[in-house]
Amino acid sequence: MIKPYIYFFAFFLLTCCSSKEEEIYTPIPYNLEIPALFADKLIAPIIPTDNLLTEEGVLLGKKLFFDKKLSGDNTQACSSCHNPKKAFTDQQQFSAGVQGEFGARNAMPLFNLAWNFDERFAWDGKEFGLEQQALEPVSNPIEMHANWNLVVQKLQESTEYPSLFLRAFGASEIDAKLVTKAIAQFERTLISGDSKFDKYLLGETSLTQEEQNGFNVFMDEAKGDCFHCHGSNNNPLWTDNAFHNNGLDTTFQDLGFGTVTGDPNDNGKFKSPSIRNLAFTAPYMHDGRFATLEEVINHYSEGLQKSSTIDPLMKKVNEGGVHLSPKDKNDLKAFLLSLTDREFINNPNFQE
Amino acid sequence: MKKKYCLLILTLLLVTGCNEELDCCVQPEQFTVTLNFTHHWNGLKITPQDFNELKFTNENGERLSIERLRYLVSNISLINSKNYHLIDVGENYGTSITFPELTDESYALSFRFGFSDEDNTDGTYQDLNSVSFNVPEILGGGYHFMQFDGKYVDNNNEASGFNYHTIKAVDRTDPDNLKFEDTSFEVNLGTIVVADTTEIEIKMNLAEWFKNPNTWNLNELNTVLMPNFEAQKMMRANGGSVFSLGVVN
Repeated sequence: MIKPYIYFFAFFLLTCCSSKEEEIYTPIPYNLEIPALFADKLIAPIIPTDNLLTEEGVLLGKKLFFDKKLSGDNTQACSSCHNPKKAFTDQQQFSAGVQGEFGARNAMPLFNLAWNFDERFAWDGKEFGLEQQALEPVSNPIEMHANWNLVVQKLQESTEYPSLFLRAFGASEIDAKLVTKAIAQFERTLISGDSKFDKYLLGETSLTQEEQNGFNVFMDEAKGDCFHCHGSNNNPLWTDNAFHNNGLDTTFQDLGFGTVTGDPNDNGKFKSPSIRNLAFTAPYMHDGRFATLEEVINHYSEGLQKSSTIDPLMKKVNEGGVHLSPKDKNDLKAFLLSLTDREFINNPNFQE
Repeated sequence: MKKKYCLLILTLLLVTGCNEELDCCVQPEQFTVTLNFTHHWNGLKITPQDFNELKFTNENGERLSIERLRYLVSNISLINSKNYHLIDVGENYGTSITFPELTDESYALSFRFGFSDEDNTDGTYQDLNSVSFNVPEILGGGYHFMQFDGKYVDNNNEASGFNYHTIKAVDRTDPDNLKFEDTSFEVNLGTIVVADTTEIEIKMNLAEWFKNPNTWNLNELNTVLMPNFEAQKMMRANGGSVFSLGVVN
């Protein structure tokens, strides 16, 4: 009669130990290495208090980011459209989803996302917070086209994930919220701040004459006047992360920010992307309409289209733009390419 | 005579006693003062809902809209330490500034529009860098004082952009010898007596930027005003009548 009680007691102890393990494991805080220029010039990055970075969380997020289990038919991962070798975009105008369908927006590159202070993500700002953003592509029918419940089930049934979630979040029961938390943690570690121009600002190298003149064109209100929206030597994000109509069209097929806010005054506005890593992120604009940097520069120089919501910062719109000289255009391109960060795209921490 | 001495001693004791009690036991009263920056066009209140519409007419007769309005005030006199505040009207950010734990009952209320040369140091302020409020080094660096962007109806009856951006004026006539002029300015609003909780309205009349003493012609001065030395000086002059004291309660 005693034996069954002993078994019961042993089982009880084991259960207690197991739940105690969940309670007592403390993930190791992740040391986010912030580039010197960022630390010097910018306010602190946005790290939600309910999703602090941990070694285990970042590692798990990275594994999930590259895992095709997140798609409906196990053929696509986040990395399929956000390739680290291409500054986390895919160099396609539009990306094909798991069923071969194409969207209408260019895949955005991913870096320095923790410094998006307003936390509006995507070209139209429709997603608030990185965690929220990571939810959408998984279930979007023209992207990864998965059912979140089934994705969670696949992860739960795997041999590795339950223990990884346990270590990262103290819970072996997986849900979509924890998946996106982990992915967001990984994404916040994607920092690009080691280009030639960064080194120049740190006094470690010098610019060519072309690059220097190109920078001056960028900063000259009478020429490029790029700095009002795309940062400067004092804002190393090289974007204001705000929404502007940069004169692409006279009428809008895609309302952009206006769809999100419902305000017609926001129609045709899209997020200013960072101008870092342009060498890897062609084609350009929200709809990938420009294949080359030359086309982009020509647009701002001669191709501006007037509309009711065009940003007042666009100059001489009636003349198509400020008509930069061929030399200024060439030099501006040289400067833009000095923001290429090869350390970033080759960082082993960001590879599959 | 005895009575008089007694009275004098009693009075002295009372006075000394009161003083001692004040020194040792009574905390100075503390006040909370909130400055509310409001905006109007010749008396017509402006909120972010009024942006993007060609509904205002300047002194020169040009219809215009407001699309972006950010400006910087510094060294508000309610506290002794250096301070600065960015106000973004479109985003409804920074329009109310609260100063808790003030101890004086009256203040000569003043602030500076923009930064003085001493404070206008390039790249120093992380929060201003983070919202791209900088001025290019080729113009002397530092920070904008105001970014006032919108559209106006030009002489061809078309809506065109304007960028009324104020900065420290720079004369680039001789590129090797840039000349600067401090175009920030102090705004004095008089003496304010405060109570426990006091709200002070500071009004900006946007029409004044185009009016007094320089009637502003947007068809001539609309964009690329940052490197325009004379335009910066004119904007500074017009700024002199932009601010006024509103309701204090």
